[in-house]
Amino acid sequence: MSVLVYVEHADGKFKKSVYEAVSYAKAIAEQNNTNLTAISIGAVEATELSALGKYGASKVLSVNNEQLKNFVNQAYASVIAEAANAENANIVVLSNSFSGKGLGPRVAVKLKAGFVDGAIELPVVEGGKFSVKKTAFSGKAFAITEITAENKVIALNPNAFGVKESAGSEISVEDFTPADKASDFAAVVKEIIRATDKVSLPDAEIVVSAGRGLKGPENWGMVEELASLLGAATACSKPVSDADWRPHSEHVGQTGITVSPNLYIAIGISGAIQHLAGISSSKVIVVINKDPEAPFFKVADYGIVGDAFEVVPKLIEALKAHKG
Amino acid sequence: MKILVCISNVPDTTTKITFTNDNTQFNTAGVQYIVNPYDEIALSKAISLCEGGKGSVTVINVGESSTEPTVRKALAIGADDAVRVNAAPRDAYFTAFQIAEYAKSNDFDMILTGRESIDYNGAQVAAMIGEFLDIPSVSIIKKLDYDGTTATIEREIEGGKEILTVTGKFVASCAEGVAEPKIPNMRGIMSARTKPLQVVEAKEVEQLSTIQSFQTPPPRGTVKLVPTEETEKLIDLLHQEAKVI
Repeated sequence: MSVLVYVEHADGKFKKSVYEAVSYAKAIAEQNNTNLTAISIGAVEATELSALGKYGASKVLSVNNEQLKNFVNQAYASVIAEAANAENANIVVLSNSFSGKGLGPRVAVKLKAGFVDGAIELPVVEGGKFSVKKTAFSGKAFAITEITAENKVIALNPNAFGVKESAGSEISVEDFTPADKASDFAAVVKEIIRATDKVSLPDAEIVVSAGRGLKGPENWGMVEELASLLGAATACSKPVSDADWRPHSEHVGQTGITVSPNLYIAIGISGAIQHLAGISSSKVIVVINKDPEAPFFKVADYGIVGDAFEVVPKLIEALKAHKG
Repeated sequence: MKILVCISNVPDTTTKITFTNDNTQFNTAGVQYIVNPYDEIALSKAISLCEGGKGSVTVINVGESSTEPTVRKALAIGADDAVRVNAAPRDAYFTAFQIAEYAKSNDFDMILTGRESIDYNGAQVAAMIGEFLDIPSVSIIKKLDYDGTTATIEREIEGGKEILTVTGKFVASCAEGVAEPKIPNMRGIMSARTKPLQVVEAKEVEQLSTIQSFQTPPPRGTVKLVPTEETEKLIDLLHQEAKVI
């Protein structure tokens, strides 16, 4: 047996969340005294592939053909399941990214595997039981889920495990040619549009989020400036995206995106239970609100009771001074 | 056109989540249940696609009889008929299997779900149904246009979006943006009582995972307040104490 990790690329490059998934999968391989194989699908350069050795992969299977150039979950799931069988892998790890969410369940059904999505810790193997901690109730709780099936698929949340380098791993890169299954390609990717100048919200390490306290979409300039200085993603509360001040893709909360950054800065957000659910696994929370009774202060690590229009420009100045 | 929409019965978003029986069971005492908000988006989209006699919308729920008020709510919003698979859902694999089994014997052009349920947040059912039926699935979609044979779909990706087309039957899980949630009107509420709600028994399938216990997030310490006039100190605290910038 072995462990297989799917390494998802964006425009031929791996992101931090992939290195996290590899580090996590390596730790699981060590728990089981076995090796870690990575599978990459699409055009990724050999140097990028062999860099995965640093995080513990000892082999990379690379699938690079025209038909599989773009992500089609049905086809990618077939390839990953085939690779898992070829490698005799009974544990498959992937990132719980947007694509991962469409892919993991299909792989799990193909392998008849128990599936845990949104894993936030290493599995615990005890008394023959294999269990994984995952987020539940949109961040209001955690569920310890036991995978009872022989095969296991785990999707790891971003920023949950961290990137860990492994010493002295030799890595081999091999081409992998999967079986051709024409019926897997009924979905056809037409266009991929990525804003290259923006930090992506779900895996951002720092998030600057603002709410109705900002009074209108025209006041987001300072939020964006603060975010840009911090290398942060911008986010918002539900009322703000409902009012179309900001796009739905920025809505953080129970019915929006759940984030787990190292630093979450909330500006002019009162802290409704639904919003708090989406940010509860943030490591450090800063709240700026003029209402000292705002519920958000109860979960904050640092707070400033003050008007956002006064505090945020000061923060921007202080940050510029700090960065010199 | 026939559309199947999968409905999950979930605690209202304002629910304070607690557990009983040594943290092994969700405490349902006093909890109000609702149609999963994302499923409402999927349902609203399905209803708009079928408006003007262009088709019919069936909702399906895997749950015990206690979920029927939620199923009736979906009928009040505008679904034409409903199916309840009579079983407590064990895990996403179980739920997806039951829905796929029903879909196999009933010809649907598309199956829509919400992006995830707000209780267990699996985001698994749509893609699993796709796999059981061996048809395409697209997860977390933001936009859906359908011309009767081909769907043009926008789905979210990190830092952007992807546009794809799907020809033939498919499954999609819907996020905000796909449709504005419809609110039931009085006529809908009245007619929901008499719309058909079929109950079918669950089929046997192996259980692959099980929840052992729950935990709630540890309480956070008290907030450290920085006076407005010393705003710059916050940067020092984040840099030196919290070490996050």
